Amino acid sequence: MPMKRFQLSEEPIDVGAERPALDHAAAGAYASFEGWVRDHNDGRAVQRLDYQAYAALASTEGEAILDEALVRFRVREARCVHRVGRLAIGDLAVWVGVSADHRGDAFEACRWIIDEVKRRVPIWKNEHYVDGESGWLHPDNRPAEGV
Amino acid sequence: MKLTLLYFASLADRAGCAAETLDSVARTPRELYAEVAQARGFGFAVEHLRVAVNGAFVSWDAPLAAGDEIVFLPPVSGG
Repeated sequence: MPMKRFQLSEEPIDVGAERPALDHAAAGAYASFEGWVRDHNDGRAVQRLDYQAYAALASTEGEAILDEALVRFRVREARCVHRVGRLAIGDLAVWVGVSADHRGDAFEACRWIIDEVKRRVPIWKNEHYVDGESGWLHPDNRPAEGV
Repeated sequence: MKLTLLYFASLADRAGCAAETLDSVARTPRELYAEVAQARGFGFAVEHLRVAVNGAFVSWDAPLAAGDEIVFLPPVSGG
């Protein structure tokens, strides 16, 4: 079965369980990113979030991003897990982990991966505000370059 | 021909459903969007969307086939 570097998760992300996949005897560096749910956005107080994914395409596009990272950067391994479903303030929404021989490559690849995931993967955030309103975020009104 | 549409996020809210099957004469995603956008009152212009057919990104002028599953993707907000 082909290795899945990108995963959607309906359950809380267990970083300790995910990290060993990055182990590599040649790697001297591990860099990671954690995206947390914060209590504010655009000047509004946020109470909670929902994430919704078009799962089939999110999986293939997320996988493509990680495969691309392994080609673009001198890294040994890379993983990403993104939550779907309801999240509370402080919850872990997305984790990216990268291992590389050297820290520069690990940092660069980690940054690139989360930026690409945010730009390309079909996942949407519905913010629920303290004032009772809610709304799907569709930022930037310009789509990513997809096709 | 019979086509299935999946909706997400604010398009699903506007459509009032997560999926629909319809009979359409649209030959491309662009034509299909024009049709459903009007019927469903979607506010997004084509320039602000991407489109996927059968689980893969396609261009707006790719030919559609009977039984295709089409998703109009509003700007994403993961991460």
